[in-house]
Amino acid sequence: MKAWIAYWSILRKDMRTYYLKPPNISWGIIFPLAWTLMFFIKSGSDVDVRSLLPGVMALSVLFGTTSMLAVTVTFEKKGRSFERLLLAPIPLELLMLAKTSGAVLFGTVNAFVPVIMAVFMADLSGVIWWQLLLAVVLIAISSTFLGLFIAVSVTEVFEAQTFSNFFRFPMVFLCGLFFPVEMLPLLLRPLAYVLPLTYGADLLHGAVNAANQMPVVLSLTALAACCGVLFAVSLRRIRKAWIL
Amino acid sequence: MATDAPAIEVRNLTKRFGDFLAVDAVDFDVRAGEVFGFLGPNGAGKTTTINMLTGLARPTAGTICYFGQDVTGHVKRVQHVMGIVPDESNLYPELNGFENLCFCASLYGMRRLDREERARELLAQVGLAEVAERKFAAYSKGMKRKLAIAAGIIHAPPVLFLDEPTTGIDVASARQIRQLLAALNNAGTTIFLTTHYIEEAERLCQRIAFVVDGRLVRLDALANMIQAVQHQHVVQLVLGSSGTDLPGALRDAFPDSRFERVSDLVLRMHTAKPVPLAPLVRFLEDRGIGVLEARVMDPSLEDVFVEITGIELERMRKEREKGGDAL
Repeated sequence: MKAWIAYWSILRKDMRTYYLKPPNISWGIIFPLAWTLMFFIKSGSDVDVRSLLPGVMALSVLFGTTSMLAVTVTFEKKGRSFERLLLAPIPLELLMLAKTSGAVLFGTVNAFVPVIMAVFMADLSGVIWWQLLLAVVLIAISSTFLGLFIAVSVTEVFEAQTFSNFFRFPMVFLCGLFFPVEMLPLLLRPLAYVLPLTYGADLLHGAVNAANQMPVVLSLTALAACCGVLFAVSLRRIRKAWIL
Repeated sequence: MATDAPAIEVRNLTKRFGDFLAVDAVDFDVRAGEVFGFLGPNGAGKTTTINMLTGLARPTAGTICYFGQDVTGHVKRVQHVMGIVPDESNLYPELNGFENLCFCASLYGMRRLDREERARELLAQVGLAEVAERKFAAYSKGMKRKLAIAAGIIHAPPVLFLDEPTTGIDVASARQIRQLLAALNNAGTTIFLTTHYIEEAERLCQRIAFVVDGRLVRLDALANMIQAVQHQHVVQLVLGSSGTDLPGALRDAFPDSRFERVSDLVLRMHTAKPVPLAPLVRFLEDRGIGVLEARVMDPSLEDVFVEITGIELERMRKEREKGGDAL
């Protein structure tokens, strides 16, 4: 019970201090808007909002969560306020869940900004909402844990940004969001299947357009496994690198 | 936990970073209810020792017990009994003083009403009630340190670690902090204090450990330590002018004494026998240097520190030169 008081407190503080700040709220709105606009300009006036939606949602989650978590954790580590959390009598697992929960919520809310826009631009009947929500939450969790992995691998805030891009951009182009994994060169295909976003994107395609390539259960399992592995690796790294 | 056991018991505590031996097989006990000073020059291993005791670092070897319970490798289990005030304030700049304290209290599982009440009480105790709503980033260095101490004791821990609590802050704040620490100790809190301010250790600590190059070279009660240097007689002279090559001339004229230049116009003479003041004053006045004041000095912890650490550093340097030391 006492540990959960700490959990809620850390989550609330992070939401207030980082995620609910005007620049981040505007980022959450502008980012998907900019992507939608970009596709609109690229394809002319006959833009198919439904076909764009999974991609814009996934990008919103991926960029929102990884950026925020990698930067906030690195920032707190550098300012030594993270030490205060490490010195608190709460298990490291719960502490890191508290630190990542804010980013997961932020990413999930970000993902639904383009959905709200799409409601006014297209007919969204037939969307499998439970699958869409589950996919978004799992993408948010895996991206957040990826951000955590980045945060524990760097010491400076600018390094966190650079290192994030090293993962994010290849992932965007390899995960099947904008062209199917089957269209990738044979050598790159195995790489696509180790990326969590590949399964997340497939779930989103399935939920919005019934166009998934893999069974839903397989994608959910693979995405959940990616979350578990990334969290375990990050915790191991924190124990090794931060508790010297 | 055994109540009659030492608050902290450390045996053979060692920390190695690659080839560098930061803490070398240190043994000590911190008795419940005492202020224990951990003194040493920069880089002696003080902060590394605190990090091992608080769970921020893993010992390479040795054991750590809190109140008789061996927690080596599992310090997390006893983090609720300790409060930690690090050498640099690590509170949240974007939260105000009150919010910072409430947040820290929540990390120890305190419920909302309890933490708010305790935060208000501590803000008043450290003299920050007036600025409770001000953001931590806007606090002065002294205020930040006082709030960090309040955050360290928010959950009323039986053991408090303080790493250089008064470094870099103004005299008035340092004095307030020392008074606060004395009050906490009187109320039963065991305090583990690292400092390089000898005067501070002398005022606050009941027992003191000296560390040099990761080794504990002396651990004793303050009175015993000072007694050990009481064979020395020290006179401090305030001079009217500095004079040229004065130390050399003094050494030649008084070969059994040691001279120390405290500042340009302040000179200290150390001898094994009572100091012959008249010949010394005459000697100086013959060279046109007026003596404005002459004062017999009581031996201080600083003398002990200089003697012990000076000898130890010299010994370690020689050992290293011989190549017979792991360092």
